[in-house]
Amino acid sequence: MSAPSTTSPPIAPGGEAGAPGTVLPSLALETLQGEPLAPAVGSPRLLVAWKRDCETCALVLPALERVSRHLHARGLETIGLAQSAADDTLDAIGDLGLCFPQALDRDLVASLALAVEVVPTLVLVDGEGRVAARTEGLVLSEVSDLLRRASGLCGADADLVGRALDSFRLPAHRPGCASRTLDPEFVRAREVERGRGRLRARAIEIGEHEDPDEALFARGVTDGLPVVHPTEGRVLRMLSGTRRDPQEMVALVPPNLAPATVEKIAINAVMAGCLPEHLPVVLAAVEAACSDAFNMHGVLATTYPAAPLLVVNGPVRARIRMNSGLNALGQGNRANATIGRALNLVVRNLGGGRPGEVDRATLGQPGKFTYCLAENEEENPWSPLHVERGFAPGDSTVTLFAAEAPRVIVDQTSRTASGLCTSLGLAMQSVAHPRWGGYGDVFLVLSPEHVHTIARDGWSKDDVRARIQEVTSRPLSELLADDDCREGVPAKLAAGSDPATVRLSKFRDPAKIHVVVAGGPAGKFSAVIGGWVQGPMGSEIVTRKIEEPT
Amino acid sequence: MVERILDPTDERVPLERTRAPRPLEFSGMIGLLDIAKPRGDVFLARVEERLRERFPSVAVARFRKPTFTKPAPEDLRLEIARSCTAVIEALAD
Repeated sequence: MSAPSTTSPPIAPGGEAGAPGTVLPSLALETLQGEPLAPAVGSPRLLVAWKRDCETCALVLPALERVSRHLHARGLETIGLAQSAADDTLDAIGDLGLCFPQALDRDLVASLALAVEVVPTLVLVDGEGRVAARTEGLVLSEVSDLLRRASGLCGADADLVGRALDSFRLPAHRPGCASRTLDPEFVRAREVERGRGRLRARAIEIGEHEDPDEALFARGVTDGLPVVHPTEGRVLRMLSGTRRDPQEMVALVPPNLAPATVEKIAINAVMAGCLPEHLPVVLAAVEAACSDAFNMHGVLATTYPAAPLLVVNGPVRARIRMNSGLNALGQGNRANATIGRALNLVVRNLGGGRPGEVDRATLGQPGKFTYCLAENEEENPWSPLHVERGFAPGDSTVTLFAAEAPRVIVDQTSRTASGLCTSLGLAMQSVAHPRWGGYGDVFLVLSPEHVHTIARDGWSKDDVRARIQEVTSRPLSELLADDDCREGVPAKLAAGSDPATVRLSKFRDPAKIHVVVAGGPAGKFSAVIGGWVQGPMGSEIVTRKIEEPT
Repeated sequence: MVERILDPTDERVPLERTRAPRPLEFSGMIGLLDIAKPRGDVFLARVEERLRERFPSVAVARFRKPTFTKPAPEDLRLEIARSCTAVIEALAD
């Protein structure tokens, strides 16, 4: 199907296009042979929009053919607006025995101008170009009334016209068929035609003999998995997910500091598999990742296995059906999976952050494909992450953390808050290395079963942090580098102190232990997620508010 | 059927980056840029020592990035470009 050739149909003044009482919009009609079809100026006419393979059209059109002869004799022309292709239309004209003039409604311009949604649609136009009557489908009484009015407009014998119609014994009611203007393919093509002016990105044509998936792999724009093809139609639909202008600059994406417009981010969001409703989360995540504080350049360039972890909070989670329950850090949920992936595709495709180039991770980790967690606020007895970070409970936010892969902490036997937090702390001692102290930010992802055990004893988040800090503050003697293991606190730093009594905190500050809740109802498993270097030369946690829905 | 997709990249023409012309001789001010990796300063100190021995007429200026994890700040890049005829950058660990 070809796209419509006009971006918007002419609309009649004074009401809905083609409705009774409105002035008929100017229609440049052509015959099937491409000759102009211009009814005599100032004469009334009857327009009939129809298509082949519509059974109601096949019932009504032969009756109209008979009636049209009476009307034609009095100067009222009946003109068909054929929505089907020329060949199909010719076949149908022959099958139905039609002789009244037919215009081929190429690209459905006339049908759009008349707002035709059903075929057959009959539009009676008076000598002044005003719509006198209109029917859709087959309601025999309405068709009969319309033809009576047509007779009145041209001075034909209304009884004769009525008898001609009656002779066909048409049913009293029969619904019409959908106009081809409502074909999904046509609607999509029209949307692209209308929206194309909003797009600026360079178009790439994939050749007829190219496999489109392979072509995208060959261009190096995937993360190793296939992507959804970013066609103009898909990108335009993606852009409907935000109020922001497609050409608005969102960020400069490291490492190349490439300008990322809303449109460019939308293209990558399409490729990741996002829905339009996911786009505001992706936009906020890109802003956060490209902030100087988050330092995406460093997160990429380090040999450390860090990936941007997205933690989503607030009403957006339910709105876009994110998963914060069973398998919260796993696969299977479209929003979780594609939002994280979209950010990484933006960094790769716009910023140029590709493995082996600026991305120098020694091992990397699976989270570099996608790493997006929705907090299970419903199972969280305390303030959720975004409220702790200064946002209102009703705000939706995304928080970015330069994160390692999650490491499970098993505790199936502790039944008190104190006992469980001691247990969690013992496991958290191993983050990065058991002999490392002074560590920066860390995320503790508590499962509902664990959090219920803790909350039952009335403990606050600060109580949890304090206990972990206490447990993970180890005597220096346990942390010193030695001949068996050179990793650890250098002996020279312990000089002058008693290693047996001096203690070193695992975490620089209890506030660096970020406690969030996620996961399904059963299972006494939580997870700890370490991070890359924090501070001015590393990466800081960054939270951005997500745009409210349109 | 030809499929049209939109370019997800920043649309930079992939021009191969050409190397700056190498100086035929050392003259003027030679910059030594320490990117702040451990022991980069040790390496550069030795380079400076050798330069002064072999090319007594050249001047040597030392520069240092605040951190190796981020690109050099624009002011630093401008200062080096303005004051030096060549720069030697040390990667170390």
